[in-house]
Parts: sequence; structure tokens; C-alpha cells
Amino acid sequence: MKETRIIMGMPVTVHIVDASARAADLEKIFEYFRSVDEQFSAFKRTSELSRINDGTLAEKDYSPEMKEIMKLSEETRRLTNGYFNIRKPNGAIDTSGLVKGWAIHHAAKMLKEAGFKNYFVDAGGDIQVAGKNEEGKPWSVGIKDPFDETQQKIVKVVYLKHGEGIATSGTYIRGQHIYNPHDADNKPITDIVSITVIGQNIYEADRFATPAFAMGKKGISFIENIDGLEGYMIDASGIATFTSGFEKYLK
Amino acid sequence: MRLQKRFICLYHPMVYNHSMKKIIISSALVIAIAAYVIYQHVTGQATVPAAQNTAPNPQTTTSTPAASGEYKDGTYTGSVADAYYGSLQVQAVVKGGALADVVFLQYPSDAGHTIELSRSSMPVLKSEAIQAQSANVNIISGATQTSEAFQKSLAAALALAKN
Repeated sequence: MKETRIIMGMPVTVHIVDASARAADLEKIFEYFRSVDEQFSAFKRTSELSRINDGTLAEKDYSPEMKEIMKLSEETRRLTNGYFNIRKPNGAIDTSGLVKGWAIHHAAKMLKEAGFKNYFVDAGGDIQVAGKNEEGKPWSVGIKDPFDETQQKIVKVVYLKHGEGIATSGTYIRGQHIYNPHDADNKPITDIVSITVIGQNIYEADRFATPAFAMGKKGISFIENIDGLEGYMIDASGIATFTSGFEKYLK
Repeated sequence: MRLQKRFICLYHPMVYNHSMKKIIISSALVIAIAAYVIYQHVTGQATVPAAQNTAPNPQTTTSTPAASGEYKDGTYTGSVADAYYGSLQVQAVVKGGALADVVFLQYPSDAGHTIELSRSSMPVLKSEAIQAQSANVNIISGATQTSEAFQKSLAAALALAKN
């Protein structure tokens, strides 16, 4: 059973292979994502996040979920030496870099606790899989071609056999190849257009994909150095660089 | 018996003062050494190995398929846009009436932090040219958001370049 809804401004797809799945099971997951949106949306004035940024919600009154996100964000900030930081320069908090992976991971756990074995949850191109697909084979995931304006072409296929999560962070420049040969200042310049991270679960993949992208070409080395993560980075000239364990996902 | 004697001796006022002094001095020394070691460790990690910085970039500028004559030749500076990690500003270089190059003038800094790489030797990572795949897949992973700040700054630069 499979359905896609637009929530949190992106397509959310839930696909349960197990024959016992009912519409109500999918509905529970979509309801969960809606509740996450209500809490964490920067675009909703009434969200908990907006009230924190407005200054109308005291820290002692944060919900358990918000407290958890704050704790996880701080941990990720330390692990990435500040490349991951929910606090923006203007002082506002933006939790979007971590909430998506965290929510997908939680949604997948809800399906597991409901007794399902074969499914995936996809929110905006970040995916958590479990078990096998409709044909009884490992879930196959295509990595989007960052240069394709139609956003339909793929440039790599990976197979996830152990309940992994996969997240892609990127900048899709429309219509043109942008080169930047001026590196003389040694400024950390991003000349990459996407980085895909595969991790033991979507939460781990997602929280490191965001800062890895911000590191530019060094991002793939950052992923290489983290146990349990593999990565596939595509630069502005269409060259992909991947971590030393990435090829195990190719079949 | 012997132990007791030692114990009593330690607490004899004369002996006690000397021993305490010794303990305090040795502790201070140990703490100082520890602090020094930690300081070295921290500052050692804070420096970026020179080799980290990029080798000469082999990429060349390229002309784009945009209709010629759409833009006036020259270099145009875009506005400073607020990206996720800081400010971003690009400069558009137009040659032959089309966008030829984009230069980053400002990029979100790493706020003084450097990437901690492990001390073990880094394997050279493999690269390949990306290729379209024709296989059918169950799911597709990709970034849904374009870099808004990049788009904004570039659009501002191109607006200035328009004929």
C-alpha cells in the first residue's frame, strides 16, 4: 500500500509492502508528519519553533520533542565542529537540518512497532527503508542527476539491504554548469552540487549530510572519517567522488 | 604495628606540614603538566594542515548555452544573501553575451572551526564521471531545495547584466 502527500512543503511517501497494511496505517504516519510540521515549521506563526523565535516561549516550557531536538542539535554541532548549527547568524533557530531525518526515523519506528517488516518512508528525497520491496528484493534507490532540469534522471543506483537510511543534500543550479576556478583566497568554497549519505538509519545520514555539503569538496572526506557512513558527492563539473566503502551498495 | 606507627607519624604536626606541602606542590605540577598537554593537543588540532588547501583547480570557464546577446559582457556583483550558515555573495562573469563564470565573493565561513580529520592516513578517494542510469528504481533520493541564497545573489547579478 503506497501513498504520497505534500506535508512540510515536500512530498512525503509511505509504502508498506506487507499485505496486512490498511489505509489507517498510512494515515497514522501522515498524521505524525503533520504534527511535526505544526511544531517545527518556520512558516507557521503558531508553531512551537516560531514561538521560540518570537521570544514568546520560555525554555522551561519546551515540549519533550523540542527538548530532544535541542539536545540532538547540540550533540551534532559538537561532532561537526560547528558546521552543523541550528542557530542562524540573526539569532533565530532553524531546526530543519535535523528534524526531517529525525521525523522520518521516528515514523519508520512507528511502522516497526505496528508489526510491519517491509516498507519505506520518503520525505523530500530522504529515505528510511526496511525489509524488501514488492518483488522480495532489496530496495533500489536512484541518486538524482543534479544537472537535470526535469529532476527525473538518475546517475547512480544503490541497493539498501539492512534497513539503511539515505539522505541527499544539494544545490541544483538550473540550466547552466557553473565553474569556479578562483580558489586563490583559500576560502571554503562549495564547488559541489550534491552529496548523498548512506547511514545505519536516516537520522544519522541526514544530520551529517547537511554539514558535509557546507564543507564543499572536503565534505566527502568528512563522511569517509565517520564510522557507519558512506557518501557519494557530485561536483559542479559532473565528477563524483565516493567513500571507500560506498561500492558495497552498488549490488 | 608498623602501619600504625607510620600513620601516627604522618599526622605529627611537623611531619604533616611538610607532607602537605609536598602533596600540594606535586598536585600543582601534575595539573600544570596536564593543562600544558591538553593545550598542545587542542592547539595542535586547531591548525589546518597546509596540504588541506586545494590544489590548483583544473576546471576551466565554460560558455553556457544561454542565448547570446541576452547579457552584456562584463563582471557583475550580486547582492549579499543570507544562506544557511552565513552570508553568500556571487559575482557573475559574462562573456560572449552569456554567463561564463560565477565567482564566490562571500561564502558562509566555518566560524573559525576546522574540520577534524583523523590522524591516520587518508585513502585517496575514487572518482568517476556521472552517467545517466536507465535502470528502474523503487525510490529516488535527491535534494528538493535549491540554494535560495545562491539563486538570489546570482539573479541580482544577472539583473544588472541584462541588456
